[in-house]
Amino acid sequence: MEQAQLKARPGVPGDDVQQVIELIIDNVNQLKDSQGLKVPAELDAATTLFGGDGFLDSMALVTLVVAVEQAVEEKFGTNVSLADPGAMSQEHSPYRTIGALADYAVQRLRAG
Amino acid sequence: MDAPVTLITGTRIGIGRHLAEHYLRLGHRVVGCSRTAVDWTREGYKHYRADVADEKAVKAMFSEIRRSYGRLDHLINNAGIASMNHSLLTPTSTVNAILATNVVGTFLLSREAAKLMKQKRYGRIVNFSSVAVPLKLAGEAAYVASKSAVVALTHVLAREFAEYGITVNCLGPGPLATNLIRSVPKQKIDRLLEQQAIPRMGTLDDVANTVDFFLRPESGFVTGQTIYLGGV
Repeated sequence: MEQAQLKARPGVPGDDVQQVIELIIDNVNQLKDSQGLKVPAELDAATTLFGGDGFLDSMALVTLVVAVEQAVEEKFGTNVSLADPGAMSQEHSPYRTIGALADYAVQRLRAG
Repeated sequence: MDAPVTLITGTRIGIGRHLAEHYLRLGHRVVGCSRTAVDWTREGYKHYRADVADEKAVKAMFSEIRRSYGRLDHLINNAGIASMNHSLLTPTSTVNAILATNVVGTFLLSREAAKLMKQKRYGRIVNFSSVAVPLKLAGEAAYVASKSAVVALTHVLAREFAEYGITVNCLGPGPLATNLIRSVPKQKIDRLLEQQAIPRMGTLDDVANTVDFFLRPESGFVTGQTIYLGGV
């Protein structure tokens, strides 16, 4: 459902969003192994990353976002910065869910 | 009319507004500024809409102060912005904005104030740093760097302005109940307070009391100093 909504959003190519979602999930799984995170069994666009019932603390979030930044560059060949002034905000962070982070990464890809 | 003229930046809310009201009560003629309009007014208070990092707007404000009052006794460089964020997630636009308001703003206002103050060979400049500097607060790299620069500016300006009878001092509050820290999680504030000798939140009156000391005519031999509140 969440992915269908993302695909339907004007201005953000759904295929790219889907690819970034998969890339984020890969990186979450790597982080789970290396940092012993308690990650939900099912990961999808709606999974909360940070704030609320999210499974990342602020340091794990930093690690994930930087890893995704590098993975996006490798996959799409474009250098993007996923830094955001609202990063640590519980309400406004673009890293709230896997879908929100993917959306944000694709927007930055398009802008860059 | 001998009432002192006191310019305070960032008077829309928080510490700036409190200080404006405090010095009005003490009989000062108070001039304030903020980027957006204020929703309050008091007799004896004059407000300018000016971004402290906007040189043109700041110079225009000082021209009006010179024309209207012909003097400036006190400058309180209160305007400041913060951003809670790990450095790896902080955009350079945020760093530039913080440095512009906190460092360039303090420099610009001090420079223009000193030009006016030196005519009467008297002036008091009070800058705002933060306990985040000595505490080396993780998650606030740009803010701490900017407030560290304010301490450095205080040291150097104190020496440069001493010959004009102007003192330059700095105040470093700990956490106060203002908008600046509204988004900081309670746990983080509690950890911060534990590092103070007196582990409580500061009050606006704690700040006003310290500024009062720096502004006193009797404090003419006190310059280049930074006072951190709460015993940090």
